[in-house]
This record gives sequence, C-alpha cells and structure tokens, in this order.
Amino acid sequence: MTKKSLRVLPGFTLSLGLGVFYLSLVVLLPAITLVLQSLHISWDEFVFYITDPRLLSSFRVTFLAAGIATVLNLFLGVLLAWILVRYQFPGKKLVDTLIDLPFALPTAVAGLTLSALFAQNGWVGQLLVPFDIKISYTFLGIILAMVFTSIPFVVRTLQPVLEDLSPEFEEAAETLGANKRQIFFRIILPHMTPALMIGVALSFVRSLGEFGAVIFIAGNMPYETEVVSLMIFTYIGEYNYPAAAAVAMLILITSLLLLLAVQLLQNYYGKRHTRV
Amino acid sequence: MQTYIAQKPKTLGKVLIGLGLFFVFLLLILPLTLIFVSAFRGGWELFTSNLLDKDMLAAIRLTLWVALLTVPVNLVFGTLIAWCVTKFQFTGRKLLIAFIDAPYAISPVVAGLCYLLLYGNQSWLGGWLDSQGIQVIFAWPVIVLVTIFVTSPYVARELIPLMEAQGSEEEEAAMVLGASGLRMFLCVTLPNIKWALLYGTVLTTARAVGEFGSVAVVSGAIRGHTNTLPLHVQLLQQDYNSVGAFTAALLLASIALLTLILKTIFEYLQNRKLSGSLH
Repeated sequence: MTKKSLRVLPGFTLSLGLGVFYLSLVVLLPAITLVLQSLHISWDEFVFYITDPRLLSSFRVTFLAAGIATVLNLFLGVLLAWILVRYQFPGKKLVDTLIDLPFALPTAVAGLTLSALFAQNGWVGQLLVPFDIKISYTFLGIILAMVFTSIPFVVRTLQPVLEDLSPEFEEAAETLGANKRQIFFRIILPHMTPALMIGVALSFVRSLGEFGAVIFIAGNMPYETEVVSLMIFTYIGEYNYPAAAAVAMLILITSLLLLLAVQLLQNYYGKRHTRV
Repeated sequence: MQTYIAQKPKTLGKVLIGLGLFFVFLLLILPLTLIFVSAFRGGWELFTSNLLDKDMLAAIRLTLWVALLTVPVNLVFGTLIAWCVTKFQFTGRKLLIAFIDAPYAISPVVAGLCYLLLYGNQSWLGGWLDSQGIQVIFAWPVIVLVTIFVTSPYVARELIPLMEAQGSEEEEAAMVLGASGLRMFLCVTLPNIKWALLYGTVLTTARAVGEFGSVAVVSGAIRGHTNTLPLHVQLLQQDYNSVGAFTAALLLASIALLTLILKTIFEYLQNRKLSGSLH
C-alpha cells in the first residue's frame, strides 16, 4: 500500500529537487572546492600564510575600517529611518527611493565616483583642504566607501520596526510623566534594538568583504590602506592559491558565523522580515 | 495596534531632517550628479567617441550577454525555491533558506576564488572541461557562472516574504476546484506575485550588470574579450582616461537609476494589489 501525500498543492518534489540541485551546483560545490583546497594546506603553512605582517596589517585595516563604518552607519541609519517614519517633509519619497542607490549602483562606479568627489581637487575634497583632511587614497576613504555601500542595511531593517511601534506606548509613557529622553531610551530604543543588531551585523559583514568600492578610493598602500579582499586578489594574481584559500577560509568562516548570528537573532525575535 | 503616522516636524524634527538631508545630499545626490557632469566634461563629441570606442562596445556587448543568460536562470530557480519554502513545511527548510542567503555574506573576491578553484585547469572539473576543448575559466562562461552565484538570492528574497504573507488558501481553492498545477500557478499565484517577481528580475539584472569583484577574479579582464563594463571602468581609470571611465560609469548608473524608479512603481502596484485583496 502506498502512502498518499497529504499535500494539496503540487510541485513539492519538483521544486525541492530542482532547488536543491541548483543550490548544490551554484553555492555548495564551489564552497566545498574552497574547503577542500584549504585542507591541502598543512598547519605550519597555514600559520606561515596568515602571520605574514603585510596580511596582518590588512586585517587590522579591514576590521578597524569596517567597525568604524558600521558605527557611523548605525547613527546614520537611525537618523534616516527616524525622519522617514516620523516626519513629513518635501522630498521624502525621493529620499526613501534614493536610500537603495548603494544596492543598485555597481560598486566600481561607487568607488570611482566617491574617490573623484573626495579627492583634493574634487567638489567636496577641496573644501576639506584648508582643514588638512584627506579622504581619497587614505584610511578615511576606505571608511567612506564602506559607509556608502552599507547605508541601506540599517535603514531598511529599522523602518518596518519603527512603523510598527504604536504611538499608544509613547502616549502612555507621556501621561505617566516621562520626558522625551526617557521615552526614547526606555520605550523606543529597546523596541528597535533587535532590528538594529541585525542591520549592524549585515552592514559589518558587507563592509568586511567589500572590494570594488574600496580599491578605487583606498590608494592600496601595503601596510597602510590595503584591505583583506585586495590581499586575496593579489595572492590570486601571483598564482599563490594556497595562501589565497587560507585567507579566504578565514573571511568566509567569519562572515558565515556573523550571518548565523543574524539568523538566530531573527528567529529569536520573531519573524520580522528584513528587506535586503 | 496602529501603525505610526508621520507628522509635521517641530524644532527638533526640523534639525534632524536637515541633518538627514545633508547626508543624503553628500553621499547619494552629489556622487550621482558628479557621474553625469564628469561624463560630459569633454563635450558631446568626446562622450560619443568614448561610447563608440571598440573596447567599450565589446564590454557593453559582453555585459548584456552575461545578464541575458544569468537572469532567466535565477528567475526560474528563484521562483521554484520560493515556492518550495513558502508553500510546504519540511525538514531542512530553514537550512535551504540559509543557503539561498549565503551569497550575500560571501565576499565577492572569495566567491571568485571558489569559482576559480572549481573551474580552473588544475581542478578535476576544469581539467576535464579543458580536455573536452571547452574553455570556461578566463572566458565568458565562467563570468556567467559566477554572476549566477552572486545574483542567486535576489528573486527568491523578494518573493519569500510576500508569498509567506499571502498564504496558500487561494492556491488550495484552485486545486480543490480542479485546476491543473500549471493552471493554478499561471492564474492564481503569478498574478499575486507578479510585481515582486518583476522587481526581483530588475534587481537581478542590475546586480548582474554591475558585478565587479568576483568577475575581476575569474575573467582575466582581457581587453575586448572578457572585459565587462564594470571592469572597463577600472581599466579606463588606470589608463588615466577619466572621462572614458565616467562614460562607462554613466551607463551603469543609468541602469541603477532605472532600477530604483521601477522598484518604486512595482512596490506601489504590489501594495495596491495586497490592500485590494484584503477588502
């Protein structure tokens, strides 16, 4: 006797089969190849590759820049999400649409344009010359590029949460005598925190791996303004695949752990869908 | 529960709006303006001669070819996966969703390296393909493959939240009334998701056209042969042809702007559809 399927809708076997087949081919197989390649590396070699001082500096540069960029994005994201949800002002729809520009604009174009804009003869860069601030081709440029490419993450994760926050809570707090600051820190901030953490994690992951936008603006000086992605790229150019694989594995594991943390957060705080 | 209704700003609000608008102007509007101004800095004639340059045309052709092959693949499989994870409950469903998201978290250079190792001549697959006389690595096929990887989440990601919100009652009703699977999909599901599907397609196209890091690793960036438009931007800039670089950037930025406009339109239509079906 065959067991009859209880599923009413058709296409389960077809969509699951083809979907798994596609993801295995497109995502899993290339990732496994990288893992296998890195297994060929002995522990001593691995330590040798990852303790290269030039690589270590690039790790410091990347993590520091991504960290600072993420903190800046946190404030910028809260500000933009806040004004878009709370206030009415002319041009609001335009701002809301433009927020997604960094997702739609190719990273190479972003890097090229930002480096020209903030160069010492650029529109914005020349205003900063009297203050002796250089952005393009310095560490600040890396931060700028990372801020640009991950602007949408915090804004877009926060927006639906702020929209869902019913005004009744704030009205209740106000009736009970809370001042504006107390309302923000005791009512609004705790409500935003989960979404903020997700947005921050996503934007940090994105900044860690950013390549296109960064290399145009960074100047790429060894030990000073070289990011990890560029080091991997350089190793590949030198046909030093083992070193590239070793560093890539480290970056891959870091990103996947962060993504896992995001998934757990999302499950923990219920299904708030984040639009990326 | 009610949702928050935007209000007219008071003093603090005006300051915040001003600050927000300042950053939007500095980081988003100024760069966009700069692209258009820089591309036309040398006048109309230089712009057209840059545009009609033989390497530029080759880059445009290759980029369009890659997008043309990438988008349908991800459209079909993205829809299939969204169908699978939203209409059925099964073990491993969460894992499948995590796998769809993985390309977001993987740095483009690392993705490029994975594809280089898989299809390069030193690997079993690359070596076999090479012995069959099929050139994959440093040629357009690998550019298409890695672009499929990078853009694989977009269609599924647009569809999943929407299809979850819509549930499956309408499809079940169609099945009970005797519709075939295909008929149900075409007449019930597709009209419900069409705007999100269209936006997913537009986003996939935009990302496919603009992919830089992973393509830079696998393509070899051979001028006139495996040079896509974003790679051409870099090549022209390294040649100190700034106007040329901004000409290529202008084409890519126009696609990005078109994407944003279409997104706004599709979202409006999808929301009208959603609120319409509730009444």
